Amino acid sequence: MNQSKRLISIVFMLCMFLTPLLWAKQPVIKIGFNIPLTGDIPKVGEGSMYAAKMLEEQINESGGILVGEKKYLLKFIFEDNEAKAESATAVALKLITQDRVLGIIGPQASKQAIPAGEICDSYETPMISPWSTNPQTTENRPYVFRGCFLDPFQGPVAANFVTNEFKAKKAAVLYDIASDYPKGLAEFFKRAFEKIHGKGSVVAYETFTTKDRDFSAQLTNIIRSGADVLFTPQYYDEVPLIVKQAHELGWKKPIMGSDSWGSAELMNLCGNDCKGLFFSTHYAAAGAGGKTLRFINKYKAKYGYTPDDVAALTWDSTRLMIQAILNTKGLTGKDRKDRKAIKNQLAKIENFVGITGKMTFTPQGDPNKCAVVVRISDKGEFEFFMSVCP
Amino acid sequence: MFPDQQKFNDMTQYLYKYRFWILYALFSLTIIFSVQQEWINAYIQLVMMYIGINIILSSSLNIVNGYMGEFSCGHAGFVAVGAYVTSVLNVWLFVSDRVFGAPVVSENYALFLFPVTLLIGGIAAAFVGLLVAIPSFNTRGDYLAIITLAVNYIVKSAIENIQIIGGARGFMGMRKVVNAMHDLWDIPWMMIFTLVFTGLTVWIIWRFVSSTYGKGIIAVREDEIAAEIMSVNTQRMKMTAFMLSSGLAGVAGGLFAHVLGYINPGSFTIMKSTEVMVMVYLGGMGSLSGSVLSAILFTILLELLRPLQVIKWVVIPLMLILLMMFRPEGIMGDREIKDIFRKKS
Amino acid sequence: MEILIQNTLNALQWGSFYALIALGYTLVYGVLLLINFAHGDIFMVGAYVGFFFAVLFTGNSFIQLPFSIPLWLVFILTVVLSMIVTSFVGVTLERVAYRPLRRKGANRLYVVITALMCGLILENGNLAFFGASRRLFPELIDKTIYSFGTINISNIKIMVILTAITAFIFLELIIRKTRIGMAMRAISYDRMAVPLMGIPIDGVIVFTFVLGSSMAALAGVLFVTAYPVLEPYMGAIIGWKAFIAAVVGGIGEIRGAFVGGFLLGFIEIFVAAFFPSTLRDLIAFSLLLILLSFKPTGLFGVSRSTKI
Repeated sequence: MNQSKRLISIVFMLCMFLTPLLWAKQPVIKIGFNIPLTGDIPKVGEGSMYAAKMLEEQINESGGILVGEKKYLLKFIFEDNEAKAESATAVALKLITQDRVLGIIGPQASKQAIPAGEICDSYETPMISPWSTNPQTTENRPYVFRGCFLDPFQGPVAANFVTNEFKAKKAAVLYDIASDYPKGLAEFFKRAFEKIHGKGSVVAYETFTTKDRDFSAQLTNIIRSGADVLFTPQYYDEVPLIVKQAHELGWKKPIMGSDSWGSAELMNLCGNDCKGLFFSTHYAAAGAGGKTLRFINKYKAKYGYTPDDVAALTWDSTRLMIQAILNTKGLTGKDRKDRKAIKNQLAKIENFVGITGKMTFTPQGDPNKCAVVVRISDKGEFEFFMSVCP
Repeated sequence: MFPDQQKFNDMTQYLYKYRFWILYALFSLTIIFSVQQEWINAYIQLVMMYIGINIILSSSLNIVNGYMGEFSCGHAGFVAVGAYVTSVLNVWLFVSDRVFGAPVVSENYALFLFPVTLLIGGIAAAFVGLLVAIPSFNTRGDYLAIITLAVNYIVKSAIENIQIIGGARGFMGMRKVVNAMHDLWDIPWMMIFTLVFTGLTVWIIWRFVSSTYGKGIIAVREDEIAAEIMSVNTQRMKMTAFMLSSGLAGVAGGLFAHVLGYINPGSFTIMKSTEVMVMVYLGGMGSLSGSVLSAILFTILLELLRPLQVIKWVVIPLMLILLMMFRPEGIMGDREIKDIFRKKS
Repeated sequence: MEILIQNTLNALQWGSFYALIALGYTLVYGVLLLINFAHGDIFMVGAYVGFFFAVLFTGNSFIQLPFSIPLWLVFILTVVLSMIVTSFVGVTLERVAYRPLRRKGANRLYVVITALMCGLILENGNLAFFGASRRLFPELIDKTIYSFGTINISNIKIMVILTAITAFIFLELIIRKTRIGMAMRAISYDRMAVPLMGIPIDGVIVFTFVLGSSMAALAGVLFVTAYPVLEPYMGAIIGWKAFIAAVVGGIGEIRGAFVGGFLLGFIEIFVAAFFPSTLRDLIAFSLLLILLSFKPTGLFGVSRSTKI
């Protein structure tokens, strides 16, 4: 009895010691994902994770990627930043120093992307934020890039669109003052609109706080202001309430949104009230073709719903990172050197064809990309209306 | 032989009396040395600094919620005040910033004046604590909860409305201050400051609790009216306790701001106050070593459970409820570590 | 002038929710001297339970009923069933979490912390089990908007306000005119004496929780009828604010909770209407603090005298 027990434990211990060696046989490239799986915007984290997992499987099933002469498998490490700034920073540090990733994708929301970007830049690790539109994320940070257009570009797109399409001369804005993205975009819109129509043409500039449910007081002011259009750059869980209450209080004029509207959940929550409204975004699912359509079909088949813009942008950003790794033509195995090499390659990327458009990075780390204005059709689909390029 | 023996006895007596502080000093020096030699990676360093900050937070709240038996649920408001005051001062004085322009004073002073600005942040927070203490003289118990809750909301909302410090967008620039310190002498300053101020806080609270003030606030907890009759100046006690508690919270806020490098009002909501309260009750109301222990445990637990993602915030409250049922006094209850390892006399 | 009337109507509706939730807080506090911080999340549970019933009865879920029910009946069924189920949840909470501590004679603060933790479990448990998606409450009531000039009011608004007033009158009747109401009032005066009089304390406490949780569930279903997006954290902020409203009104007094809830609703809406809406929380809470400093026990509160 004792003999066999001892034998078993020896075999067991041998196995335990040998397995790491087995693992070590497979060279892997580790990429970290700093995403909000819990907290205020869990659907954003979910979309990012699903798209990335899809890409990881696709590449690993075909044997991995060939960098220089070595073949590597991909290993994506997903960490939850809880949509909080402190957690985003802790996660970034953990991925960089403990998990020793070569690059980080995310965070998505600017509130987490800005502080996490500071960490990545000081620790010289390349970071791509697929969804953050605030200029501060990449400003003066050579190691931080983004996968989408910026708010200073999106604001004028919206202002020009409402001027040309609805012939609007007076505008109203309703936004969340406690959240960075809507606040920034509201300001850019106001600036652009007043540049076209003169000071004071934004006749109502109303605010609320995150998690508010009742907008009747603000909407009452807006209706009485006589504006021709309402611009509300809010997230997919607030827009349905705003639009419904506006209609209840008698608002019949156009409502314009921004890229935060573009979630798959929006129509589930909004229903008929949102049909016929417009918003600016990164890509339009309905009416897409080619690579974009293949991505949409694959995602839908795997997860059961049409992917939103976060998923599409994460797909593109991850592929950008991988492309940069490929372009280094060989990794040394030393983290610092490799991260620097990848960052240099990222900065040099030109005319990368993504499913959200063609991308070339400016020296700031922002891509020159076109925006798409989407109309919510009577069937509740996001259909392509027009594209605006810089 | 005889005089040397006496001196030797005196020395050992002295060492024994201050054994905690000597141990702490040795411990801190070891940590700083290891960090300097890069034996500890940056993530673990961050967790250690969070532990220090949480120790300050939970022991400072323990003064009011534990020793004094009140129910203050707005601690994060004071932390916010300290964080913002210290950060704005530092960025204005020492580094060039887009809003504040060029530094007023050379950045070489950042290192020496950092403790000063930290204390100024603490004093500002103590002042806000005073504003809370005054209405509390007339009310007790559950009404105090409301006042502190409301103050927390008001502070957060006020910060969101002050555009010059970023409002909801948050405030950055503290990392440049820390870099300025490193430029002067490249040792891990934030770790040093955190260790120093954590030790200082625990020492201050220990002295406070052992003094007549400490006995006074425990008397207020047990029976305020009786205390008043026994010539305990309850008003002064309450005021001092509040100011000390919120002042220390402000210091923790200043440290937090510089460790993270970025602050925004969303970090100082009721949720944060709730987390601090959890630490206090976990450790035991009225036990300083309890607060220290629970802060350490809680921070480590939070990081360990991170892979659990969503389930984390179901598991943690569940554990606390079980704790409340089976050991409601918390880990240490009313006692200190000294009481457990009591010398047999 | 019209702004005033429109906003008054807005405030009456918004305040009704605070009032209904505050009533629940006050009931439990009056009897147990316990601030049930999980109450806001009971409100959320009521909303979700209502959502599931509504989806079930309108035939949108995976269980299909063999017959179809007219929508107005679905609404009534949803409200009633949600109130019943949520009462169960509330009573379970009391049995599992609060009663053992009460038996032990634990310090009141420990029970409050337990309540806080139960609230967190409810919120995050919801997030964990039902996922991150927001839900849309099906439209059960045909929304008609009545316009008087520039003033618009929907029938839902009217229903909410009337329901809140009815609930209040109902509760007042129970407290003042029934025996169990008398028992509830007795417990709030002197807990030790009541069992001596042969009144089963546990039964009365259970009844209190039933009442409180039903009010919260009612508020929950009405809330998602008016604002149809559900999310796991919807009860948290509203709960805290309703608690403040209850205290400002005078905790322990039903009239106080009712008035406090409407007061908070009015302050929030009118501040947003006339001041830049960014200052809303700031001004609202400052006003409440000032009110409290003038009347420390709240508007209708009775200061408790403690025997020395």
